[in-house]
Amino acid sequence: RVSSDGKPPKFQPPPKPVIIVRKTQKEEKRFLSPEFIPPRGRTDPLKYYIERKDMIQRRKVFNIPEFYVGHVLAVTTADPYASDKSNRFVGICIQRGGKGLGATFVLRNVIEDQGVEICYELYSPRIQVIEVLKLEKRLDENLMYLRDALPEYSTFDVNMKPVPRMDHEEIPVNKLQVRMKPKPWSKRWERPKYNIKGIKFELPEHKMKSAQKWSQPWLEFDMLREYDTSKIEEKIRKELSEELEK
Amino acid sequence: QGLLRRSVSHSLLSFGSTTGACRAIQKLTRVRVVDNSTLGNTPYHRPPKCIHVYNKTGVGKVGDKILLAIKGEKKKALIVGHKMPGPTMTPRFDSNNVVLIEDNGNPIGTRIKTPIPYTLRRREGEFSKVLAIARNFV
Repeated sequence: RVSSDGKPPKFQPPPKPVIIVRKTQKEEKRFLSPEFIPPRGRTDPLKYYIERKDMIQRRKVFNIPEFYVGHVLAVTTADPYASDKSNRFVGICIQRGGKGLGATFVLRNVIEDQGVEICYELYSPRIQVIEVLKLEKRLDENLMYLRDALPEYSTFDVNMKPVPRMDHEEIPVNKLQVRMKPKPWSKRWERPKYNIKGIKFELPEHKMKSAQKWSQPWLEFDMLREYDTSKIEEKIRKELSEELEK
Repeated sequence: QGLLRRSVSHSLLSFGSTTGACRAIQKLTRVRVVDNSTLGNTPYHRPPKCIHVYNKTGVGKVGDKILLAIKGEKKKALIVGHKMPGPTMTPRFDSNNVVLIEDNGNPIGTRIKTPIPYTLRRREGEFSKVLAIARNFV
């Protein structure tokens, strides 16, 4: 540029680069069902590979939607003893357990003032349809405390219509703090071992403090308990994407 | 605001002092009568308890008959749901539910509001009358 007075031109900072991160974000957030990740142990990875093949086979035939703990699901199973041979149950997912083909999830609902929980196996051939009625993550991964909470938090209408999902990317987190029935509870949920954030504890201060006696702050720094699943997850995601495209 | 006071009435699930969660039904388990019979629903200062299980093992699951002690009387009953987790795909209830029955298998009540597992239909011959008065199935 031509300098007007012989002085060097005023410093113009370079334009800020605009980073478009859309594609990489999508790849990172792509959901991998927790039952695909093999548990930490000394078994031959061949066993998990064969199981994954069977799981993918089942998923090709039957669509298992992406869901987390806290979603409200409606499951129709084939039942020889039911009228119309099929049985529909609506409930909130409290827990997802098991790895591989034995992966289970527990649905809870309160029908006619009676709490009912059913543990379904994800890959069971008896399951005919799984619909996600409400998409909602909660603050914890295990909602077993709903058994000791007031029944209004576990009641869901059986004829609920599926809530339409707005964005295809974000799943809303419900920061609901649940009120509990009076103690005794089935487990001492105030203890730090369970690390529950979704309960509104109305216990006196000294009880909350004495519950902290059982905290084990060294556990998060324990190196032998570490299980880094990032590389395993990448491999499994690649496998899945290859198999599902076939 | 203050905690809900647990009332000791017969109709609510919380009885006076509780032992830990009793899983399947055996002798001396407190039980909840689920039909609309007068024996089952009138309040009494003691909850109905199981005295005997008509089973090879003393543990009763869904579909087993038991002997109950209610209001100072002995009555047979049928287990329709318990707190113990059973096989997968079967429902697990939050209370031990029971339906009062005569010796020949006829239910005493006329209606069962609480949900009943479909697995009871397997023994349609024995429990047909109980299944006929049931409203909800799970």
